[in-house]
Amino acid sequence: MGHNRGEDKKKEPVLTVEELSVSFSMYRRGLKKENLEVLHKLSLSVQAGEILAVAGSSGSGKSILAHAILGILPGNACMEGRMLYQGKFFDAKEKAKLRGKEIAFIPQSVDYLDPLMRIGKQVTGIRGTRERQRELFRKYGLDEDAEKKYPYELSGGMARRVLIASALMNEAQLIVADEPTPGLDLGMAREALKDFRELADQGCAVLLITHDLDLAVRVADRVAVFYAGTVVETAPSGDFLAGRDALRHPYSKALWDALPQHEFKPVSGTQPYAGSLPEGCLFQDRCAQRSGLCGGYIPMRSLRGGEVRCIHAK
Amino acid sequence: MERLKYLGKTAFRMTALLIAVSILSFLLLEASPIDPLTACIGTDSTLSDRAKAEISSHWGLDQPPVKRFAAWAGNFIRGDWGESITYKKPVKTVIGERLKYSFALMSAAWLFSGVLGYLSGIIAAVKKGRLLDRMIKGFCLTLQSAPTFWIGLLFLSLFAVRLGWFPIGLAAPMGKAAEDVTLSDRIYHMILPAFTLSVVGIGKVTLYTRQKFIEILNEEFMLYARARGESTVQMILRHGIRNTLMPAVTVQFASFSELFGGIALAETVFSYPGIGSALTAAGLGGDVPLLLGIAICSAVFVFAGNLTANLLYIVVDPRQAVWGRHF
Repeated sequence: MGHNRGEDKKKEPVLTVEELSVSFSMYRRGLKKENLEVLHKLSLSVQAGEILAVAGSSGSGKSILAHAILGILPGNACMEGRMLYQGKFFDAKEKAKLRGKEIAFIPQSVDYLDPLMRIGKQVTGIRGTRERQRELFRKYGLDEDAEKKYPYELSGGMARRVLIASALMNEAQLIVADEPTPGLDLGMAREALKDFRELADQGCAVLLITHDLDLAVRVADRVAVFYAGTVVETAPSGDFLAGRDALRHPYSKALWDALPQHEFKPVSGTQPYAGSLPEGCLFQDRCAQRSGLCGGYIPMRSLRGGEVRCIHAK
Repeated sequence: MERLKYLGKTAFRMTALLIAVSILSFLLLEASPIDPLTACIGTDSTLSDRAKAEISSHWGLDQPPVKRFAAWAGNFIRGDWGESITYKKPVKTVIGERLKYSFALMSAAWLFSGVLGYLSGIIAAVKKGRLLDRMIKGFCLTLQSAPTFWIGLLFLSLFAVRLGWFPIGLAAPMGKAAEDVTLSDRIYHMILPAFTLSVVGIGKVTLYTRQKFIEILNEEFMLYARARGESTVQMILRHGIRNTLMPAVTVQFASFSELFGGIALAETVFSYPGIGSALTAAGLGGDVPLLLGIAICSAVFVFAGNLTANLLYIVVDPRQAVWGRHF
């Protein structure tokens, strides 16, 4: 798959997300309808052969991003912004056509498998073949016995390989993996990340959603720092290793400080709740550099080989 | 070994249930104002007190209840279920004759309410919150709260009297010799009572299926199925039915008790000669042997339904297996 892809094609992102906002309409206190925005003008792009990690704390809406890309948001969700797949505008109809084919989703656990369907049939899905399933099972070290098993009979490591095999059933160009490593021990997490690296090296674009910044930095080519429903900075992984000064956004720097191997210093304050967001920069309430301009619209801008959504970043 | 243990346990439960049911039924009848002697000789009997006392002692009615129960139970086990006062035939013969009719009726109603209830449950779940869902739900709740005999009378007055589509009662055309009654005659006479009886169960199956299906539709594996490119129809066929059909069938089996309760009313309304109308007649006529016989039969019937439900759970859900993965 990967080797016949030209160098020039690598420059065209497989997926571009521009200013994506997702809100849910819900009823609160009687019949008052309210729109709760959980993703705010989020921008990112991922290229073929690249792993882009989206790292952010749990419960900040990262899964919503994955669901929005796949077009599997619930009915009360409303999307704004633009998405481009292979340079083409990417709407709900296109998503329905491409998901499970060119765009694959890797969920976080075996709970995403039908508990009453045997693994073989499940991995094959609606578009796969038995031959391909067997081939993938051999590749990922799953024996023939595994295809007759039910999901509850799988071990953690097997489950992960089964889910990856499912994603590769049809020629995937873009893989969206939602927290594929929680609950696994470090050894297994490393194995999983090795698998993702391999997929990217074969030419897939991999969007890896995780709450583990440390892990993300180690495996990804670039890291998008997710905060309160938006991406505040996208930086090459090397910048996180280089130190806090290589980073751009005050939140990224604070995250860097909070890593155990650094100062282990927590960021004061909490992420704003989706229902009560400040105008302008979402981080301003916790930021030392806050100024009067932070209340206005803050666009994503390029800076030192990365992107940042902060007017003060230098 | 596991299997043997399970069978043993089940057999023990069944026996315990039958003993309990027979004791309880006997006690209830004992406490009721039914006097077996009056029920037998009639209220306007001109027999002398002395003759009555002789009859009583001949049948052991002057014995204490424990002794009488022991006598009845002993005979019952030996196969002598007593003589029905109402029908002047052995209880076993009466139940045997009528069971055929009731069995046909209940099977038809059971299948009909199961299939229709399951399908409408799926439709309601998929269209959750929409008009169609609200209509189905409202309809089910109405049926659930309406008494069977009232529904029966309603059907009778509409379909049999007003529209004349179906006969107003009995299991065969009136005045036709038994050997001339055809299968289509029987089916024709069964439709309305079966329909009435199925109404008892349909609401329950529909609402259960709807609830279960909504749960399944919100499961993570459904989201994943969609993410892998499955359409709503494919999701229903591949995962929805797989995860809901057997629970629904199980609920349907577990509803045997309501089905049996329902035939007493449905058969009486339609003068259908099954167990249900015999039960009503036995109750009204103080026919103690027949009442006890039917009570035991109904206990076996309901037990069989629940047992089937339990066994199905094991077959269907590999996680519930008590003995290995398959059996």
